[in-house]
Amino acid sequence: MAKRIDVKDLNVYYSSFKAVEDVTMTVEPRSVTAFIGPSGCGKSTFLRTLNRMHEVIPGARVEGSVMLDDLDLYAKGVDPVSVRRSVGMVFQRPNPFPTMSIYDNVIAGLRLNGVKGRKDLDEAVETSLKGANLWNEVKDRLKKPGAGLSGGQQQRLCIARAIAVRPQVLLMDEPCSALDPISTLAIEDLVNELKSDFTIVIVTHNMQQAARVSDRTAFFNLAATGKPGRLVEIGDTQKIFNNPIERATEDYISGRFG
Amino acid sequence: MTTETEVAQVLRPANHRRQDQVFKALAIGASSVIVALVVLVAVFLVTQAYPALRQNTANFFTSRIFSIDTPPIMFGIADLLWATIVTSVIAVVIAVPLGVSIALFLSHYAPERLARPAAQLVALLAAVPSIIYGLWASQLVAPYYLPVQDFLEKVLGWIPLFSATNTSGGATLMFAGIVLAVMILPIITSLSREVFAQTPTFHEEAALALGATRWEMIRTAVLPFGKPGVISAAMLGLGRALGETIAVTIIISSLSDQNRQSFSLSFFNGGETFASRIANNAAEFDTPTKAGAYISAGLVLFVLTFVVNAIARVVIERRRAFSE
Repeated sequence: MAKRIDVKDLNVYYSSFKAVEDVTMTVEPRSVTAFIGPSGCGKSTFLRTLNRMHEVIPGARVEGSVMLDDLDLYAKGVDPVSVRRSVGMVFQRPNPFPTMSIYDNVIAGLRLNGVKGRKDLDEAVETSLKGANLWNEVKDRLKKPGAGLSGGQQQRLCIARAIAVRPQVLLMDEPCSALDPISTLAIEDLVNELKSDFTIVIVTHNMQQAARVSDRTAFFNLAATGKPGRLVEIGDTQKIFNNPIERATEDYISGRFG
Repeated sequence: MTTETEVAQVLRPANHRRQDQVFKALAIGASSVIVALVVLVAVFLVTQAYPALRQNTANFFTSRIFSIDTPPIMFGIADLLWATIVTSVIAVVIAVPLGVSIALFLSHYAPERLARPAAQLVALLAAVPSIIYGLWASQLVAPYYLPVQDFLEKVLGWIPLFSATNTSGGATLMFAGIVLAVMILPIITSLSREVFAQTPTFHEEAALALGATRWEMIRTAVLPFGKPGVISAAMLGLGRALGETIAVTIIISSLSDQNRQSFSLSFFNGGETFASRIANNAAEFDTPTKAGAYISAGLVLFVLTFVVNAIARVVIERRRAFSE
């Protein structure tokens, strides 16, 4: 299930503007990697290149390579649609499909994959919702609209929807930034459980969160205003927070800027 | 020390309060005018129609007779109701899928520099006067339509709705419906395009991130979001088609034989809609009874469009629980 991601010399452009420069990193399978850094440093942009979601933005393109085990995501003939089926994504703002019930939301991805059997779908709904720690809260109202849940429940519903298709990697773009502290805690616990099955990459503005949930942390920064974002350093979370190599990392971690 | 009234005045200066009141009065006034207009139109129709309906010796809803020159006064609207509904429904059935497709193309497929002028062009189509559509259709398009009608008659003629009739050329309900479809296409397209373009990016991304193709994304995110908008656009189009007068009057030939014996359920028959019957006979409103007979027909049209709008409202409201 879980796969390793190898990024080599990746540049991201918005038309002629270079947004992210020269990122090379490895994301280990069955682990949580956190991306931290000040706003606008390109960490979300970079995250989107890991499942080609940046292509949704007009003018966005990349140079370099992203390998998912042996598969080059940017090789000729690779369909971004199939990439996204194996690299799932959870967004900053909970985005369940508003016209669908909780049940239909969870199986939305399976429907796209052509899964039809009632029994398979029922099973997938239960496993995915249990996997997202939401089953007990919603099992009696699966036919109710997903939009009726609280923000934290909606986000867990989105996670259930993402894991229902059994992706190899789960990308999370600031999944807790719109949530209250208790819901945040629930998501963090969930991330901890999910990492035994998935490769997880999480972008966060909250350094305590990075310290709590991640095994490895990558610090992104801008060289200067108007310059592209770049990866300053990546390492074990313990080391990044206690004994970083770069001065800029230490300044950011200790709150001297950013 | 400041008194309580002074504090109140500081918090809410008197002239602000006056502006508020003036604006409130204007708003209430404006909306009352709308309500009053609708009520007055209804009252006008009912009071004018009532005396004629009292004298009517035929069944108003089931009869096709329209004999109002000499007593006994007899008139009924069965054929008018049929022709009006058939032409309008044909128009909506053709225009909605076409309009929705064009709208999706403009909002989600066409590149920006093509979509913008194309959308404006569609809006411009709505500004073409209906008499132009009528002339264009009857003079230019009808010959091209005829083979289609002949083909449908040959293949589906065993169904009463598609059976051949004596009505010549393109003067049929079907052709009128097709032309009405062209006429309501702009409003359906531009309203649908607007709601489709408003689909929140995060809904679209939710679908794309699950590995949806563009069409699957449209099906899971854009269409459900736009559905209430499409329904209200379709109803607006239907309302326009129901009441369209001059183009229909030019296109379809009326069944002028005694008591409309040639009436049939076929889409390839001629006929008259409420609006075209009234327009065709506008010169005859010389006695209150004669005018009243036509006004009764107008009253039914008025109620019909009201019902259509009410249904649209109900449908939209019911969807709302799922779309917040």
